[in-house]
Amino acid sequence: MYTFSNKLRLSAFVLMIVGVLGLGYGFLSAPATVEQAKAIVADAHHGDDHGEVARAHEEHHDASHDEHLLHQLQNKPWSALYVAAFFFMMIALGTLAFYAIQIVSQAGWSPLLFRVMEGITAYLVPGTILVFVILVLSGVHMNHLFVWMDPEVAAHDELIQGKSGYLNLPFFLIRAIIYIAGWAAYRHFSRKFSLAQDTAEDNSNYRKNFRISAGFLVFFLVSESMMSWDWIMSLDPHWYSTLFGWYVFASMFVSGITTIALIAIYLKSRGFLEEVNDSHIHDLAKFMFGISIFWTYLWFSQFMLIWYSNIPEEVTYFITRIEDYALPFFGMVVLNFLFPVLVLMNSDYKRLNWFVVMTGIVVLIGHYLDVYNMVMPATVGDQWFIGVAEIGGVLFFLGLFIYVVFTALTKAPLVPKRNPYIEESRHFHY
Amino acid sequence: MSNKVIQAIYTDDDVLLGAVKKVKAAHHHIEEIYTPFPVHGLDKAMGLAPTRIAIASFIYGCIGLTVAVLMMNFIMIEDWPQNIGGKPSFSFLENMPSFVPIMFELTVFFAAHLMVITFYMRSKLWPTKKAENPDVRTTDDHFLMEVALSGNEEELSALLRDTGAVEVKVSEKH
Repeated sequence: MYTFSNKLRLSAFVLMIVGVLGLGYGFLSAPATVEQAKAIVADAHHGDDHGEVARAHEEHHDASHDEHLLHQLQNKPWSALYVAAFFFMMIALGTLAFYAIQIVSQAGWSPLLFRVMEGITAYLVPGTILVFVILVLSGVHMNHLFVWMDPEVAAHDELIQGKSGYLNLPFFLIRAIIYIAGWAAYRHFSRKFSLAQDTAEDNSNYRKNFRISAGFLVFFLVSESMMSWDWIMSLDPHWYSTLFGWYVFASMFVSGITTIALIAIYLKSRGFLEEVNDSHIHDLAKFMFGISIFWTYLWFSQFMLIWYSNIPEEVTYFITRIEDYALPFFGMVVLNFLFPVLVLMNSDYKRLNWFVVMTGIVVLIGHYLDVYNMVMPATVGDQWFIGVAEIGGVLFFLGLFIYVVFTALTKAPLVPKRNPYIEESRHFHY
Repeated sequence: MSNKVIQAIYTDDDVLLGAVKKVKAAHHHIEEIYTPFPVHGLDKAMGLAPTRIAIASFIYGCIGLTVAVLMMNFIMIEDWPQNIGGKPSFSFLENMPSFVPIMFELTVFFAAHLMVITFYMRSKLWPTKKAENPDVRTTDDHFLMEVALSGNEEELSALLRDTGAVEVKVSEKH
């Protein structure tokens, strides 16, 4: 049995407290009036060589532009919160999908890691509920993350009106409840059957788990895609991409697998999971490598077709990202593609635990940036900055994630001892 | 110097793997093993040096990528710039995204084809080449292990039969 060390528990609490302070600072320093917003932007231009030009330019701004700026700056701490909340929820959801695939494919190598995966998916319920709360707060106009929720905007926007049969608040929240309920129900029963299998006389629990996992994957494929339209793509209600669901899925899948590897290596270094050998880590690293390339394939497919066809309503999405977000937008391709490809290509490196940890951290940072690039351009425009609020958001959810996941790991033995494939997994050798 | 080898035939890859380990443990030199399909772990058990085909493949991929870049730069930018979809056609970098599929395909093409050719050359295989396997059954369902003989015929036959060989015979090395 794993025991949650006091040191780690303390670190989780410290992270949460520091995170709350960071987020609190972000919310308190957000401007309340148009004048404050203009002052913040003017401040940022001081000391800049082009200060005079910027000031002269600013005088031409009309009132509606200033209002827009105010909303962007007010959105900033909310977006920081939302990106971090979504990112950690996405890790748990990606891991859940990976877990279901392992069960359905009757994989022989992975059962030793099932309890690690179940530990990570324990974060799914708190994680999705926190995201849901932020969505509800957007719905009651506490923030302007989702522009289509604003009746003023919708009244003057024919494209949003055309989509209102799907994009309206009640249906939006009902859909969110259906996704969350479906995922949470699968996670609940799958964990229940997995634990029951440990003490069972036969394989009936295993068979039940197999069946619900297959069902879940069908539900997941549809619900994950719709979730990505709802929770991310609708931030830009004029824009659409037909492979967006896949794109978000690739991101969550690789983040989930990386987290499984990181936690498994951590537990191994603490003397648990002694039967997990280098071949298991090697397989996880192969998945990290492969799915990183898959992510790039989707990223590029989405980018290239839109860039090439150059249709105004589509291409604005990438123009914003290239003009205002060049560093995070192209930086994440380096972190999510070039780095893992070059570093993880060699078979021997995939067996070095410290190497996998180092690459894993870079990949996770890259995929945080990916979510950042999906959310921020729509909510804060060119007023982005990775500052106290953004880092605070990540630290808070990281602390919560560590607390929930490692608490769940203490609840059951780390080896699912009666899984029918556990012997194969023990002897797994490449 | 005797040119004689002893040939042991097995009918199961697991038995063969066990036999290889025993023969190696008894310090006999295994000349060659003929199998109808690749047996996982056989190269390690025989103590063969790890393959370097992966490194070759990486180099071939890099060559393919370079060829694609130079080719597209020559065709689309230098030799005959073309206006396709209003894209700026005098700059490789600004047109680069539309060349990525070609760069990818040529990388894969070069890596795959040159790797196969390298493999054939390294294994001395070419069209019209006569088969080297001493027993035709090794292309069907039998495994054949060839061990060098140095005057210890009786002892070695006994050892090989002991490891599960269904047939043991001595023959001249071709």
